[in-house]
Amino acid sequence: MSPQFEIQLIAVIVAVACSLPGVFLVLRKMSMMSDSITHTILLGIVLGFFMTHNLSSPILILGAALMGVITVWLTETLSRTRLLAEDAAIGIVFPLLFSIAIILITRYAGSVHLDTDSVLLGELAFAPFDRMIIGGVDIGAKAIYTTGILLLINVTAIIVFFKELEISAFDPILSALLGFSPALIHYGLMTCVSLTTVGAFQAVGSILVVAFMIGPPITAYLLTDSLKYMLLLSALIGAANAILGYQAAAFFDVSIAGSMAVMTGLTFLLVFIFAPHHGFVSTLRRRNQLKLEFAKMTFLFHIYNQEGNERNDCKASVDEIQTHSH
Amino acid sequence: MTAILSLLNDYTFQTVALGSGLLGLISGVMGSFAVLRKQSLLGDGVSHSALPGVAIAFILLSSKNTEVLLLGALLSGLLATLFIITIVRHSRIKFDGALALVMSVFFGLGLVLLTYVQKIPNSNQAGLKRFIFGQASTLLSRDIFLMSICGFILLSLVVLFWKEFKLFTFDSDYAKSLGFSPKKLNLLLSLMIVLAIIIGLQTVGVILMSAMLITPAVAARQWTNKLWAMVFLSSCFGAVSGVVGTAASSMIPKLPTGPSIVVCISIIVIISILAAPGRGILHRMYRHRKNRLLYKLEGGQINVPTI
Repeated sequence: MSPQFEIQLIAVIVAVACSLPGVFLVLRKMSMMSDSITHTILLGIVLGFFMTHNLSSPILILGAALMGVITVWLTETLSRTRLLAEDAAIGIVFPLLFSIAIILITRYAGSVHLDTDSVLLGELAFAPFDRMIIGGVDIGAKAIYTTGILLLINVTAIIVFFKELEISAFDPILSALLGFSPALIHYGLMTCVSLTTVGAFQAVGSILVVAFMIGPPITAYLLTDSLKYMLLLSALIGAANAILGYQAAAFFDVSIAGSMAVMTGLTFLLVFIFAPHHGFVSTLRRRNQLKLEFAKMTFLFHIYNQEGNERNDCKASVDEIQTHSH
Repeated sequence: MTAILSLLNDYTFQTVALGSGLLGLISGVMGSFAVLRKQSLLGDGVSHSALPGVAIAFILLSSKNTEVLLLGALLSGLLATLFIITIVRHSRIKFDGALALVMSVFFGLGLVLLTYVQKIPNSNQAGLKRFIFGQASTLLSRDIFLMSICGFILLSLVVLFWKEFKLFTFDSDYAKSLGFSPKKLNLLLSLMIVLAIIIGLQTVGVILMSAMLITPAVAARQWTNKLWAMVFLSSCFGAVSGVVGTAASSMIPKLPTGPSIVVCISIIVIISILAAPGRGILHRMYRHRKNRLLYKLEGGQINVPTI
């Protein structure tokens, strides 16, 4: 496999893996939680590194995923005191954890290759250099397998728990009444999100994971009213964004992850303007149509009311109507 | 003690501390309104979205003047805010989703432009990346001058439109019925918040700027129910943590300024949430115990349901 193909393959896998849990984040109005998690996993990675002193240890991944869940828990705990709004709780927790991570890195990890740039911004172009070798045979880039496992986990989780996720996304109270623990579903989903973030940030950098997670679902949300179609569509849109983004980046020779995010934005813009039912144009047209309908109705009422009236007969006549219909 | 004294006489420290203190003061004032209007995360979105503006300003004018770069940041931050407002108004997408999308797309565009800038021959773009993480130590006295002008404008606007903002923040429907235009007030307030964010980019960077906006305001909110007291306290908290954070980072080697300011302000908010009189968690626990004891004394056998 050529490196170009491998990069695109990894990008597509990451995009699909991110967009699936993203659908539920968007539906549950928790999009900004993904932003928070993508920042705080840095602290998990740093702490894991201090424990193992090995950058390729699986403890790092575990620590990062755990830190994602801890972030969610901290935010929930803060906002449950009802002393502050939930968005403010998000805005307090993640900068603090992120700052601690940066301080730890600059103070204690200066001599190792653990720089914030690579975590935050990522570099997909280097992914094919890290090979997976089993028994002396090169079977492809390592990232293909790690992100592939991630995709598998997400797809399985969503297929197995589809009805639980669906009902809790649209009617949390009903799902609680039916006996599905809201906390269990919530933290299950959040574990999924934070695992996905950890798996994806190595490829695309943590800030752009947000674009991958929220962009395609939001675009799909404007196109369909069915959860199943929304999942399928957002996976498709994510994959298309990844490939188009890579081609654009290769053409202009710029940051791959950044160009994929820009492509996500362009796709959204296109759909936002031209979507058949929920788009900008159709919304405007519908509003204008309603306005016209309403005006017609009022006009007919006016004529109907004045018609039989002897005294006002002139008001419904052709010459006079202009002055009275305002 | 002598270390502190010699620090206070250090010119660089004076400049940076003054800058961070000013920033804390301004963002404390503007943050109060952002938090009360439940738009805390707008700051996060705007500050991320400022990145492409910085890069475009550099590409078009090939100047590394702070004023030019910050103007670019201001424009792209405003554009992002406008996008978010338009998306929410004209589609069924909620505020948080629109914010997350616009922010990450703008940041991605910023990265694309930064990598593009790196390829331009003879361009000295080394200073651009400081906007991502912020570098308070690069603050110059003319940056402070710029900050003070912006701060002065913002503070006088707040004083000037005090009753309008107050009314609009707490009861926008009533404000509308009195004849104030909520659209215009919303735009003005958003513009002022964006300006406050932009001037902080250089010191704490795009990622931590949102904390400077939210945290002092949330801390101040715990101590009072009055708007003027909240704004005043919030600006004090912001300024104090700015100065203390800077001092800590200059006394302890290899301690970055931005994160150290954020940790300071976070400690203040934790103390406030725990210990604020009448509202804090400790007070709530105390009241709980007292009530339980009272019920026990008065009711004898009555089972008090534990909540």
